[in-house]
Amino acid sequence: MSIRYLDCGDTAFSVEFGTTIAPEINARVMGLHARIAAERAAGRLAGVVETIPSMRALMVCYDPAAATRAELQPAIEALVSGGLEAAAPTRAMAIPCCYDDPEFAPDLAEVAQRTGLSGEDVIARHLASDFHVYVLGFMPGLAYIVGLEASLELPRRSQPRVRVPRSSVGIAMNMTTIYPFDSPGGWHLLGRTPLRMFDQRRAQPVLLAPGDAVRFRRVSRAEYDAIAAQVDDGTMDWSTLEVRPS
Amino acid sequence: MTAHLIVERAGLLDTLQDRGRIGFQALGMPTAGAMDRIALRLVNALAGNTEDLAAIEIGVMGPTLRVEADGVRLAVVGLVALELMGAPEAPPKPLEANRSHLLRRGQRLRVGMVEGARTAYLAVEGGFAVAPFMGSLATYTRAGIGGVEGRKLQDGDMLPLAQAAAREREERKLGAPFDYGSGPIRVVPGPQADHFSDAGHAAFLGSDYVVSKEADRMGIRFEGPAIAHSEKGPDIVSDGIAPGAIQVPGAGLPIVLLADRQTVGGYAKIATVISADLPRLGRMLPGHKVRFMAVTVAEAEALRREQDRRLAQAIAGLQPAMPEGGIDLSALYERNLIDGVVWA
Repeated sequence: MSIRYLDCGDTAFSVEFGTTIAPEINARVMGLHARIAAERAAGRLAGVVETIPSMRALMVCYDPAAATRAELQPAIEALVSGGLEAAAPTRAMAIPCCYDDPEFAPDLAEVAQRTGLSGEDVIARHLASDFHVYVLGFMPGLAYIVGLEASLELPRRSQPRVRVPRSSVGIAMNMTTIYPFDSPGGWHLLGRTPLRMFDQRRAQPVLLAPGDAVRFRRVSRAEYDAIAAQVDDGTMDWSTLEVRPS
Repeated sequence: MTAHLIVERAGLLDTLQDRGRIGFQALGMPTAGAMDRIALRLVNALAGNTEDLAAIEIGVMGPTLRVEADGVRLAVVGLVALELMGAPEAPPKPLEANRSHLLRRGQRLRVGMVEGARTAYLAVEGGFAVAPFMGSLATYTRAGIGGVEGRKLQDGDMLPLAQAAAREREERKLGAPFDYGSGPIRVVPGPQADHFSDAGHAAFLGSDYVVSKEADRMGIRFEGPAIAHSEKGPDIVSDGIAPGAIQVPGAGLPIVLLADRQTVGGYAKIATVISADLPRLGRMLPGHKVRFMAVTVAEAEALRREQDRRLAQAIAGLQPAMPEGGIDLSALYERNLIDGVVWA
């Protein structure tokens, strides 16, 4: 599919690489996102304010007092035609998740029943899935993490919950997510992480970033409680979540 | 000694807002920021600030503030009644909006109902000494961040002032109310114009739409003829949302997304309100009727440059104003001249 430059008023335009969710499309989005950041860091692309990656498109936001679309689009086109390196995952993160408390995993039995698997198989396949963060949105810090093993793919719940507790881990379609706040939500809940996806006490308030590689790590309820206590009192060493890419 | 404005009684929807939290939308962080960037610029200029510092955005009805500082220069922009209350037994004294005032320790300012628009703005000289979060003071209440504890102001809040006392200078007033424009709200079609049928586009650009009561800092839902989608339908794989994006969910009624909009969304967007018309749209109250008119990106950019030029002109043309209880020599002189003409 050819790239389309879509009009979004006079303060933004969208570089659309495709209309579907696919790794090769998202890789080009993230490649351009990184490339524009590097250009701006080098003092070029004056007038570009920020870029917003999504599954399949990159929105380029600009200040109409400092640049025009007619100036910026050719500069972006040149970056695209110069070739976009499929950016390697910036980080590999291991997210602890407790699947063993029924309060944390209210949908585990239903997911098992609908996929014809045992509860332990569902957990094993969630743990075996190689995930990548494609986009953050909907609310600050909410990551759409793609790569769920195909045997677990289900549509969203027909009846969304009015309140999903913070840090719940859910699945839907080919994705998993972690709720950054208590909020309404329609994903199937398999567990809960003791971490917080958004915490304004941290130097980096948002935990995951687009491009991160993500695996889940199973923890017991006791280990969950121990990590949650460190998160609550601010003694958590966040660098321990990063694992070397294999 | 610390200088504060004390919120004796909060208004209905007072939040600290600046130009917004720029640069973190890739992490899902909405920009928030002032609904009316023109009023934010004007109120800061009146208060004597050379850039856009955070101001109090006042929605519906304003607060009562008490000065706990040797002096504070503040300005209010908007159609709103102001009353200065000094000694407890003295009657309140009306103050003009759209100018700056110097208030003394213990004086109280009561800000009344906002008329004719959804917001008014109050800025102080030097700004508020509130720590920024991710580079901005803008309040985003849905996530509880920015401003004062991430929420609207409440009774008893103490707003620390960056400047302990007001600078020596004359007060300033706006020469004339800024002209926000009139007529149709201009839009640039796209990014998903192909998700709408010819009849849908004709309805959108050929009908009146009315601001509904479902209007807040996130967006405004309009009522009017339903906008028909093409065979591609209302759902898309989510992409970025620009300020002023007009998304049209399945029911066909347009929603214009404003300051607190989410960063990405999954409904097709028929058009985007141009940046020059966004402050005017954000001011509209429920019941206000609008038409939408299509322009090109280049036309939109030119309209914005023209508006920026007029705004710079309005700021350069701020006029000296009489201090409260003081003597305005130039005004006296003019009055004497006129008297002279009458009695000659």
